[in-house]
Amino acid sequence: MKPRYERPVLVRHGLGGANKFGALPGLRSMKTFEGIPVDELVRQYGSPLFLFSERILRDRYRELKDQLARRFANFTMAWSYKTNYLGAICKVFHQEGAWAEVVSGMELKKALRAGIPGRQILFNGPAKSAADLDLAFREGVRVHFDHLDEILLAEKTASALGIVPEVGIRVNISELPVPTWDRFGFNLESGRALEAVRRIVRRGKLDLRALHAHIGTFIQEPDAYRMAAKALGKFAITLEAEEGVRIDAIDLGGGFASHNTLHAQYLPGEEATPSFGQYVERIAAGFDEAYDGPEPPHLILETGRALVDDAAVLISTVLGNKRLLDGRRAVIVDAGVNILPTAWWYRHEIHPAQDFYGTAEPTVFFGPLCMNIDVVRDRIMFPPLQVGDRIVIGHVGAYNVTQWMQFITDRPNVVMVSSRGEHGLIRRAEDFETLLAQEEIPSWL
Amino acid sequence: MNPDPARLRDLAISDSGFVFDPFTGYTFTVNATGLAILQALKEGLSLDLIVRRLQDSFELEGDEDLARDVDEFCVRLRDQKLAR
Repeated sequence: MKPRYERPVLVRHGLGGANKFGALPGLRSMKTFEGIPVDELVRQYGSPLFLFSERILRDRYRELKDQLARRFANFTMAWSYKTNYLGAICKVFHQEGAWAEVVSGMELKKALRAGIPGRQILFNGPAKSAADLDLAFREGVRVHFDHLDEILLAEKTASALGIVPEVGIRVNISELPVPTWDRFGFNLESGRALEAVRRIVRRGKLDLRALHAHIGTFIQEPDAYRMAAKALGKFAITLEAEEGVRIDAIDLGGGFASHNTLHAQYLPGEEATPSFGQYVERIAAGFDEAYDGPEPPHLILETGRALVDDAAVLISTVLGNKRLLDGRRAVIVDAGVNILPTAWWYRHEIHPAQDFYGTAEPTVFFGPLCMNIDVVRDRIMFPPLQVGDRIVIGHVGAYNVTQWMQFITDRPNVVMVSSRGEHGLIRRAEDFETLLAQEEIPSWL
Repeated sequence: MNPDPARLRDLAISDSGFVFDPFTGYTFTVNATGLAILQALKEGLSLDLIVRRLQDSFELEGDEDLARDVDEFCVRLRDQKLAR
């Protein structure tokens, strides 16, 4: 019997194919998503297509919750809306018991519309209007302040309403093994956070109850959370002793890494990402170091990426093949950075969605945009693909369906697959009418 | 134009598709199709004859463009300085 024809391949050998950490990660064919054939889903919903697994969303939430419950008597998980504020995603997490963490008036309205009580909404972010604050205070939302002008505006708004709302301030911490995000909140070590507290106490128009920090994003060093928990805990104790302020909640924000792999990262995310248990253990150690005797306050976490990223894939279809001058095979697919902006941060995992054969060779995946920056994955060993074949891009649940842009193509359908094998749209694809609906042409043209 | 067979005959090519270029020290892997084309080029076969040999040697699905594949492979050989 004659061997099956495959297109001729010539691959030059290079260094780094195998090393002390093991061989190159293996590819596997992903013909199904949560047991449903990818082909069937694409036939029904089109390509490209975002698919979310309800099961993985709930599993990830429960995994973190279980870890927290082992170490903390008093804790809350708040769903970070900016990470993914599709109604169905928020609903899954709220069903699991999550509060809402919002960072804009739009997100605040979305949480309230979803029926989340104001007392279970945390309002962060550096830009809150008078109307946003008025709505938040009327609904009993706890607002965390970013800067002094915001505090001044909040004091005016609260006074006009005749209330003294419970609030928090965001604190940034310099002495951490991660870059300091000093653009958010008040710095701890320089004394600016203490000044802000004293100002709030002196004027008596706001009731300071919470300290909030968000030390960064994709933090792969769990000990940074121990240091942050300890620093905020000690600050809270100081405030009670010296200013008479009783801090009842410490919000350590988010920033836990998902199982994605950053461009600059050596080991793949599947191996390098700390477990939820490691993060939680370090936070507990930090509180233990700060609180010698008294019960630590209510712990709040706003984990976003680590809960949702691994629950979604993006299906894309091959449009063409070509050969680049440096020898890499280039594959053009129908999903680009317009709907996958996280391709700029990560070396996304990619798998064929059908059986594959033939020699793997260095391959670059380009999206469909007429722009040089539209690179979905710049170098991955991949078997030959034919026009019409499909690929599955992994770990795409965080930020893509909030940060995507409508650029020369329509944004595609987003589908959730249930734990029982049901599936349905959670966001309809845009079309030509969507594009035109927001436009106006002035009368003088 | 086909690559110069004399240059290709300098390459050490194993039956499993391992290729060694003694002038640069670089090594390469070719798949079965690439190996068949390399051997045919070394023999000085024309493009038409190479395509016919591939048709005789491999199981085809019918929609392959063998001439394009051979052309592109020759470009790859030149890119890697394996052919003139």
